[in-house]
Amino acid sequence: MVNDNISTPTLDKVLEVRGLGKVYGNGCPHCFDLTGPEHDTNICPRCGSVVAAHNLSFDLCRGEILGIMGESGSGKSTAVKALYFDEAPTCGTAVFYDQGNAYDLYALNAAQQRQLRNQRFGMVYQNPVLGLNFNVSAGGNIAERLLMSNLSHYGEIRQRATTLLRRTEVLTQRMDELPKNFSGGMQQRVQIAKALATNPPLLLLDEVTTGLDLSVQAAILDLIMEIQQELGTAMIAVTHDLGVIRLLAGRTLVMKYGRVIESGLTDQILEDPQHAYTQRLVASAL
Amino acid sequence: MSTATDYPFGFLDSYAKKEVRRTVLKAIAIPGYQVPYSSREMPMGRGFGTGGLQLTLSLIGEGETLKVIDQGSDDSVNAVNLRHFIELTCPSINTTTRTQEATLIQSRHRIPEQPLREDQVLVLQVPYPDPLVIVEPSETRRKVMHGEADYSRLLVKLYEDLVHFKEITISHRYPTRINGHYVIDPSPIPRYDVPKLHQSPALLLFGAGREKKVYAVPPYTLAEPLVFDDVPFRTEDFTDRVSGERRACQRCGSRDSFLDEFSDPNTGGKVYQCSDSDYCTQQQEQAHGE
Repeated sequence: MVNDNISTPTLDKVLEVRGLGKVYGNGCPHCFDLTGPEHDTNICPRCGSVVAAHNLSFDLCRGEILGIMGESGSGKSTAVKALYFDEAPTCGTAVFYDQGNAYDLYALNAAQQRQLRNQRFGMVYQNPVLGLNFNVSAGGNIAERLLMSNLSHYGEIRQRATTLLRRTEVLTQRMDELPKNFSGGMQQRVQIAKALATNPPLLLLDEVTTGLDLSVQAAILDLIMEIQQELGTAMIAVTHDLGVIRLLAGRTLVMKYGRVIESGLTDQILEDPQHAYTQRLVASAL
Repeated sequence: MSTATDYPFGFLDSYAKKEVRRTVLKAIAIPGYQVPYSSREMPMGRGFGTGGLQLTLSLIGEGETLKVIDQGSDDSVNAVNLRHFIELTCPSINTTTRTQEATLIQSRHRIPEQPLREDQVLVLQVPYPDPLVIVEPSETRRKVMHGEADYSRLLVKLYEDLVHFKEITISHRYPTRINGHYVIDPSPIPRYDVPKLHQSPALLLFGAGREKKVYAVPPYTLAEPLVFDDVPFRTEDFTDRVSGERRACQRCGSRDSFLDEFSDPNTGGKVYQCSDSDYCTQQQEQAHGE
């Protein structure tokens, strides 16, 4: 039966998000009526709460890259932070399908969440300071992920770390150096290697190429696409860069003031944007 | 002027002693878990063994025999002062320097060489109870990490040691997993003493006065030092590089005790001597008796 699942051409769902929302502040009954793109704000005028994300729903399948696009403060990072348990959402559900099990993410206890986060999810932050421990070596950072998933064989850890760093094109001679000695692009590669350490079926990318120079950006994007094709990892790529969306994402959500204003195939959205905001965004990119 | 007799037996009032005993029971029930307690002010500075002292004073009863050691020695300043204080406030107890005669042993930095028995209790003075403090400054987060047995960051520390020095460089306070869950800081005992925690017939109690924590390794409990599968735990090596033989104590000649290194004031060379002075003396007595 398991083999059937793999060979059938139907899509294996990895993640199902329904009605996900995050409000900073106490909230009031009017928060959702008085915020959003039509009100040009995400701050509730009655109570001052910030509606960072509201009613976010999407599916993600194996091997798929979903792009989330939007300007600063549109709630795109809030979405991935909620999925990585960095922040608890105010409402909504997310179901993660893995090895025949379905995990209702926000119904799990802290230890179960930590286990999923450490072993089945990978996260690459815009700022490597968030994703890496700068007090331990690049290899140590990868070892941390492996140790969290209960691998306790030193030789094996060394070997896995070497393979991962080679895979992400970090010179393996430098694996015992501290990440602070690395360039921004190298730090990002180490972060990707760390995120991939446990072969996670879901990878979350939060503005991975922002702040890197163009040639390094291209190399990182190449790497991400290779990983997608080789390992079939499902990914959510959050970015405000249309080029990244065009290159990586098969499907895209466009967010503004915490709401999804447009969603669909990336080509469709970029060639024939429907919402006025998306039209402006696409036009401005040229 | 007040005298020692104005104080109740064991210096602490009975409520304080009861609280410590309750804490001890909880610590025994959850091996390795750091139980918080309201560490009392003692007539000495925190950090001078007030945690161990409060345990001893709460547990000792009339007719019991106490041994107090500091770094293996019965007559160093800390041991002498603590023993004197306990003798003063617990008039009907006996004190000894002989490990086998003691029912209660309070120690700092060493576990006696002579194997302990089921009817003995060892109290260790602890400066820093939490092994996670080196990787996580927030106590709230450390508590969660302990609860979930999440010690990966401690293992990263060991990994980094292996990478940089090709061996684990922790000389004392070696993190040790108790009963398969909680990892403890076994107080500043050398690595040599860590295997003695494992399946120990005696009850081992750890008291941290300044940090207000008590924890225990109950008798016959698993105690495994944190290691990698392929890098075994190693204790101190007393082999002489030149002769290839294990160094012996210059006083008693023992070749299987933990040794302290001194420099000989006359020759300037290094000499070695048992760190456990009582063990050393008893070895000498035996040699003379034969």
